[in-house]
Amino acid sequence: MKVSLYPGCSLAGLAKSYLESAEAVSKKLGVELQELKDWTCCGASSAHVTNDKLAISLAARNLGIADRAGMDLVVPCAACFHRLKTADKHLRQGKPVVGMDNKYKGDFNIKSLPNFFWEDVGEKGFTDKIKNPLKALNPVCYYGCLTLRPPEITDARNPEDPQEMDNILRSLGANVKDWSFKADCCGGSLTLTRPDLHMKLTQKILDMALEAGADCIAVACPMCHENLDSKQAEISAEAGKPYNIPIFYFTELIGLAFGDPSVEKWLSRHVVDPRPLLAEKSLLQVQVRS
Amino acid sequence: MSVAQLPDVIIPNPSFRSRVEETCGERVSDCFQCEKCTNGCPLVFAMDIAPHKIIRAVQLGLKDEVLNSDTIWVCVSCETCTTRCPNDIDIAHVMDSLRQMSQREGVRASQPKIPLFHKAFLGSIKRFGRVHEGEMAATYMLKAGGVKELMGMAGMGMDMFKKGKVKLLPHCPNKQVKDIFRATEIKG
Repeated sequence: MKVSLYPGCSLAGLAKSYLESAEAVSKKLGVELQELKDWTCCGASSAHVTNDKLAISLAARNLGIADRAGMDLVVPCAACFHRLKTADKHLRQGKPVVGMDNKYKGDFNIKSLPNFFWEDVGEKGFTDKIKNPLKALNPVCYYGCLTLRPPEITDARNPEDPQEMDNILRSLGANVKDWSFKADCCGGSLTLTRPDLHMKLTQKILDMALEAGADCIAVACPMCHENLDSKQAEISAEAGKPYNIPIFYFTELIGLAFGDPSVEKWLSRHVVDPRPLLAEKSLLQVQVRS
Repeated sequence: MSVAQLPDVIIPNPSFRSRVEETCGERVSDCFQCEKCTNGCPLVFAMDIAPHKIIRAVQLGLKDEVLNSDTIWVCVSCETCTTRCPNDIDIAHVMDSLRQMSQREGVRASQPKIPLFHKAFLGSIKRFGRVHEGEMAATYMLKAGGVKELMGMAGMGMDMFKKGKVKLLPHCPNKQVKDIFRATEIKG
């Protein structure tokens, strides 16, 4: 199966481990991700608060490239997914977009990575490749905001209780915990401007994950990962209690279950080191030997 | 921090409401104050005017209170309000329009760092076609807090660099992106 890939700016820097693990597991699943040629930034959260036309046009430029490629477009970053879907709805309604001619065929779907993996690749694709079942692991899956809301834009089937990541990790043997904070907000774009607020939201998510009995959190968004992973020491100091919960890109966990040799490299970039947890669960030794 | 207070006596003025509705295409008038937006908002604790009250204030024409509020800047666009509104008002989009209006009218943002961040972010897109995280964060820090703030960030930047999370060079400038900025620029 061949699809277009819009990596987005974060996956080229901060979220390198997300890109590398997504590419590695896609290959194992028989999916060829073809990066959109000459893609540019979707405008993320800054364009839409500044100028509606700019926001639509920055995203739409990339849809023009995807349109010419004519294959479904897979978007691992939640924020990019949201902006591209917003521009896509705009174009499909025939509204004028600066910098685009009127030849948008739109003969392709835009998919978030968890959704693409679960609905298009399917369960069997995953179960067939297991080398290292995630049996001892107790993750909660954290989806955040922008692959879900609003459903008129995202086409999410179940925006209040999404299941794709849960299903994938469950199929790999993980003891996925249910919880009610999977679609809550981590404070996203306030990370640099109001770190106090974003840390409050993040702490709540960490607390609820622990209350659900989780030993780690799986995410599918570079901002969610950065927010949950990088501030735990500061949150601990503020709260007077230690937080040390590994935050995985869900693709890293798929790679772990598939016995991918690059897992340790991906995990070495995390702030909260997940390796002690995986060693304790005998998940990493198996990995090292294979 | 809180700057916006709603007055006790209000004389409704429909012109601001009409302008907001025209700008964002959302029917703010449809709101019947069920408060679902406020009840689901993860940031309401940091707002000076709760989301349902912002909508009411727009209906009543309280332009200064709305455009000077913390609320329009603290809103993080999580889209929970938009998803749950029984009257199909895209409240997050209304918030976008209010932020845009406040910037265009030169209102001093009650949370000045937030528009500075967005400016630095868009600047990076305009220059390189793609955001270079390091360059964007440094530009923002310098503008928001000067050299002191920038140096405070240097340690964090170094840690991320050591972990291999910093891309060294920015992307090449993209002419089409520059054209989009030029063509969508709002004059005046």
